[in-house]
Amino acid sequence: MTDAKPYDDIPGTTVFDAGRSRQGYHLNMFCMSLMKAENREAFRADERAYLERFPMTPDQRQTVLDRDWNGMLQLGGNIYYTSKIAACDGLSFQQIAAKMTGSTQADYAQMMLNGGRPVTGNRSKAEWNHG
Amino acid sequence: MAKIVAGVATSHVPAIGAALDNGKAGEPYWQPVFKGYEESKRWIAEQKPDVVILVYNDHASAFSLEIIPTFAIGCADSFEPADEGWGPRPVPVVQGHPDLAWHIAQSAILDEFDMTIINQMPVDHGLTVPLSLMFGQPDAWPCKVIPLAVNVVQYPPPTGNRCFNLGRAIRKAVESFDQDLKVVIFGTGGMSHQLQGPRAGLINREFDTAFLDNLTKDPQALARMPHLEYLREAGSEGIEMVMWLVMRGALNEAVEEIHRFYHVPASNTAVGHIILENR
Repeated sequence: MTDAKPYDDIPGTTVFDAGRSRQGYHLNMFCMSLMKAENREAFRADERAYLERFPMTPDQRQTVLDRDWNGMLQLGGNIYYTSKIAACDGLSFQQIAAKMTGSTQADYAQMMLNGGRPVTGNRSKAEWNHG
Repeated sequence: MAKIVAGVATSHVPAIGAALDNGKAGEPYWQPVFKGYEESKRWIAEQKPDVVILVYNDHASAFSLEIIPTFAIGCADSFEPADEGWGPRPVPVVQGHPDLAWHIAQSAILDEFDMTIINQMPVDHGLTVPLSLMFGQPDAWPCKVIPLAVNVVQYPPPTGNRCFNLGRAIRKAVESFDQDLKVVIFGTGGMSHQLQGPRAGLINREFDTAFLDNLTKDPQALARMPHLEYLREAGSEGIEMVMWLVMRGALNEAVEEIHRFYHVPASNTAVGHIILENR
């Protein structure tokens, strides 16, 4: 699981592979639980207590409490699961995408209207480090 | 004999469904998206397929990390729209075609494609948004639908080549079914998009255009494309486009492009759409 992967060179991207899936299983299954209205209510009522129901690591729980969207991905979260927290918060997919890129919602939406983030300069970590 | 006459590929962006369901289709942001499907709606109304085989992916709605089938075929009588966290989409219940679905499952398994058989499954935006784009907002969907769910959430998804060959196996299965049925196959998802991390918002128009071109010019080249190229060039969620290759594999070698539409953006995504008829 620790071997370097060819896709690790893609900047700003976490590929949800076997290692991340194992690491993030309980974090993602917590997110999955938010599909039920009664669970959303329980989570909103007391987030910390609700998170204790799932055998997640303290770091994983903290990223949820902090709504640290990139942090969740780094600890094994998958975007289709973590976005369920966003839905629970009343945030759109585009709003959390903006947060993950460090932009404001308005700037991010404008970037998309302008044709999106170009692939040129965004293919490899080397391009980010030297760009 | 049943026969696949055409293939449709389209993005399945959830925001498109939400725009339609909330009466925003006429707003300046969404109007160009729906305009791109007007000709498609006329086309499919003329085609009148009996069955649509709809290749899509579930987005942690019916499946979670508990069970992750690579290829799953819906064999039930009907499929309810999924509650994805804000109530089910107000769209008709999807009526299946269990006879043909079971026939495809058996034929594909004996053809060495190890399908998961699904008898109970809600269907999320991955399946219902393409139906809305192609059929609008009817009281009932005008044809039967066989859901074919492909895992593209847990890496690795099946290869493009495997998807293409599954398409061939589906065609063989359909053609050995003893009822006269007109079948259209949909491949959905894509095009270039990345929903996660600091690189979110990636769009690659050049990649998408070449992909659309090669569906007619050189589908074998698309089938050989490694996952790394999708991830790097089309964004982490652009890898959904392997599902288009199931559709392409189910068609003749020679196809004619009937319609194409491409638009950026719908939320975070490049919307791509193509209709291919067998020649």
